[in-house]
Amino acid sequence: MLDQRSRTAGSTTAAGLIIKIGVLAVVAALAVWAALPLIAAGAWWGLALEAVVVAVLFFVYLQRRAIQLKYLIPGTLLLIAFQILPVVLTIGTSFSNYGDGHRVDKEQATEAIIAAGVQQTPGGATYLLAVGESAAGDLTLLLTDTADGSTWAGTAEGLTELDGATVDPTGRITAAPDYTVWTLADLNERQAELAELAVPTGEETGIKVQGLSAFEGQSTRSYDEACDCITDTANGTVWYADDETGSFLTEDGQAALVGWRVNIGADNYLAVITDPDIRGPFLGVFTWNVMFAAGSVLFTFAIGLGTAMALNRPGMRGTKVYRAFMILPYAMPSFAMLLVWAQMFNRDFGLVNELFNLNVAWYDGTWSARAMVLIANTWLGWPYMFLISLGALQALPSDSLEAAKIDGATGITAFRKITLPLLLIALTPLLISSFAFNFNNFNAIELLSGGHPFAAGDAVGGTDLLITYAFRQAFGSSSADYGFASAISVFIFLIVATISAFMFRFTRSQEDVYS
Amino acid sequence: MTVTPVKRKGRHPFAKWAGDTGWRHLVAWAALLFGLIPIVYVVSAAFNPNGTLSSTSLLPTSFGLGNFAKLFTDENVPFASWFANSLMIAVPAAFISIFISSLAAYAFSRFRFKGRRPMLLFLLLIQMFPAFLAVVALYLIFGSIGEFYPVAGLNTKLGLMLVYMGGALGVSTWLMKGFFDTIPKELDEAATIDGASHAQIFFGMILPLAAPIIAISGILAFVGTMNDFILASLFLTDRPEMTLAVGLKTLTAENSPASYFGIFAAGTLLTSVLTVAVFMSLQRYIVSGLTGGAVKG
Repeated sequence: MLDQRSRTAGSTTAAGLIIKIGVLAVVAALAVWAALPLIAAGAWWGLALEAVVVAVLFFVYLQRRAIQLKYLIPGTLLLIAFQILPVVLTIGTSFSNYGDGHRVDKEQATEAIIAAGVQQTPGGATYLLAVGESAAGDLTLLLTDTADGSTWAGTAEGLTELDGATVDPTGRITAAPDYTVWTLADLNERQAELAELAVPTGEETGIKVQGLSAFEGQSTRSYDEACDCITDTANGTVWYADDETGSFLTEDGQAALVGWRVNIGADNYLAVITDPDIRGPFLGVFTWNVMFAAGSVLFTFAIGLGTAMALNRPGMRGTKVYRAFMILPYAMPSFAMLLVWAQMFNRDFGLVNELFNLNVAWYDGTWSARAMVLIANTWLGWPYMFLISLGALQALPSDSLEAAKIDGATGITAFRKITLPLLLIALTPLLISSFAFNFNNFNAIELLSGGHPFAAGDAVGGTDLLITYAFRQAFGSSSADYGFASAISVFIFLIVATISAFMFRFTRSQEDVYS
Repeated sequence: MTVTPVKRKGRHPFAKWAGDTGWRHLVAWAALLFGLIPIVYVVSAAFNPNGTLSSTSLLPTSFGLGNFAKLFTDENVPFASWFANSLMIAVPAAFISIFISSLAAYAFSRFRFKGRRPMLLFLLLIQMFPAFLAVVALYLIFGSIGEFYPVAGLNTKLGLMLVYMGGALGVSTWLMKGFFDTIPKELDEAATIDGASHAQIFFGMILPLAAPIIAISGILAFVGTMNDFILASLFLTDRPEMTLAVGLKTLTAENSPASYFGIFAAGTLLTSVLTVAVFMSLQRYIVSGLTGGAVKG
């Protein structure tokens, strides 16, 4: 290794200096740009964080001792922001009840419940209603005041004026910046979600939906701090706050529709073990997930190694052409080919049934769907296995094969006793990472089967992997449960980490890659 | 796997050929049959003028370019903007993440400092956690980023690009570090004696010498980004803003009329032209790039 001081001493060129000043100027300009919205919103923690990042950047590029930092810092920052922080946040969310019905804090939840008790008062404002979803997925009432035609956006958190909305001749909002506006069909389908939504506008006033319009009125409900409860004078119901579960409960345990976000400890994890409705399907999904990953590796490796053995012969004609065609499935965009395979397994018109003269409804049975997923995934994966097997075969020490030949080991014996063990030593790390990849192969399941088949009323499909199951918990059409979905993600993390640790031990014993 | 031992002399020449190389061709043909059927099917569907799944068979029965024309004329299928979106996200994301990884790889390969080994190990571990596992957190993070910086929030290309850039770092840093290690350090020393700074050595010498591995890492990052579905479907929801993966899925059976299958196949074919061309031209490097880490050590 070089003496680092001699490397840097006095060798800064003018051009290098100018580039350095230019880059730092851009950083400073970006920092100012990024600071403005933070100051406007009064997000002082964000501002402090930004200041620290900028200070670190300037320090690193202006000092001359630790040169390596200049090369490491961009990657480190990116890694912290988009890999480490998400992992930490996922772990945090997994200990909360965050999700639909528990999105807001307690104060906002109280306001929303009070607003839900709004009764129309004579002379109160009325609105034309449209419904939209913000970019972050929040359900929003897009309202047009029937008195003056002004446009407003209302959520469970409150009412804000809406600029730049497009309205139809009657005044109803048809499009608004940053919102996806629902069609009438959406409105019909998701009426239930709207009935729960109320927009608080004051202490005890709010806006409620009624058909295709909305009105502002006085609530019959009020919050009492002394008993930490909400009382509805219209029917005498009393909801008491339960800080453990983050919801308001009546005497007989009925929860109000809006709750708030609380830390619920390990409940999401315990639910997997204790709740029989979750435990059963979860175990099933887990078992199939391992089978899918192991099966994919096994089949792709068997076919890949077989073809590689066949083509690994010096002087054989046509190997180059064969190889070029065999890479094709690997070179095709995998997402598109998964969609093609999904069509090929169509019962009535699909190619597979047609070619083999079958009449199998591949998607309807659990095992036929699983077979289908494995076949398609094998097709996608074997060229990769072929490539790495071929590379490893050609790198095998020829002397041990020669020695084996002299000792009389040929054909299958030589393969089993010499070639395969040597190959496995070289390829095990790649096989393990292939297993880890397939363990989380979201695309293969989502694009091929979408988790089908589903038994009636079941949240888990026959081909669901843990990752597709978690994804549906968080973003599926039914209510979102971010907390539980995060807990499953953490569970997958742990499995993959175990695999990584195993792989690390294996590679460390093998070769000196960390020197 | 059947290997016929060849021992006896004086056999029929054909039997000798069959035992020696014949079976190899047979295996290769069988594998090719399995490998190429879906591709042939896509081609015949793309050129099938009817465009429906039911009228498509393995080998084309009639020929027409209508599906390709519809890709660019049908108002429901903004294929050109999907294609552009995918490129606009994948190309810069690949370039920037490869550049940043090459910086880190240089530091790991050429400098000795405290925490080097733990950092390398940490990178190895974190690359086993794909970004989409933290998809809930990413969704929440970008939801709040969007509140302050609408240009990089949800439903923006920039936001998605940032996630992809972070995701590709670990793998490419390891790949490149391995390659940089094979470049003799004597070259650095000679350059230093000639008065070159560390930046000049990196940009003027290491980067050009490492061109093959940079190409491979770039292609792997690019293809990985192009194939991503989970993050893209979550981030980009407006139809003209979608990437190819999300957009083409909307053309398949569940979401579109049956006659769109031909259009979908044509879109698939046009997408593959890009990736296949890249793979074919760099075949040699890909084989060594994939196996390099495992085989050479």
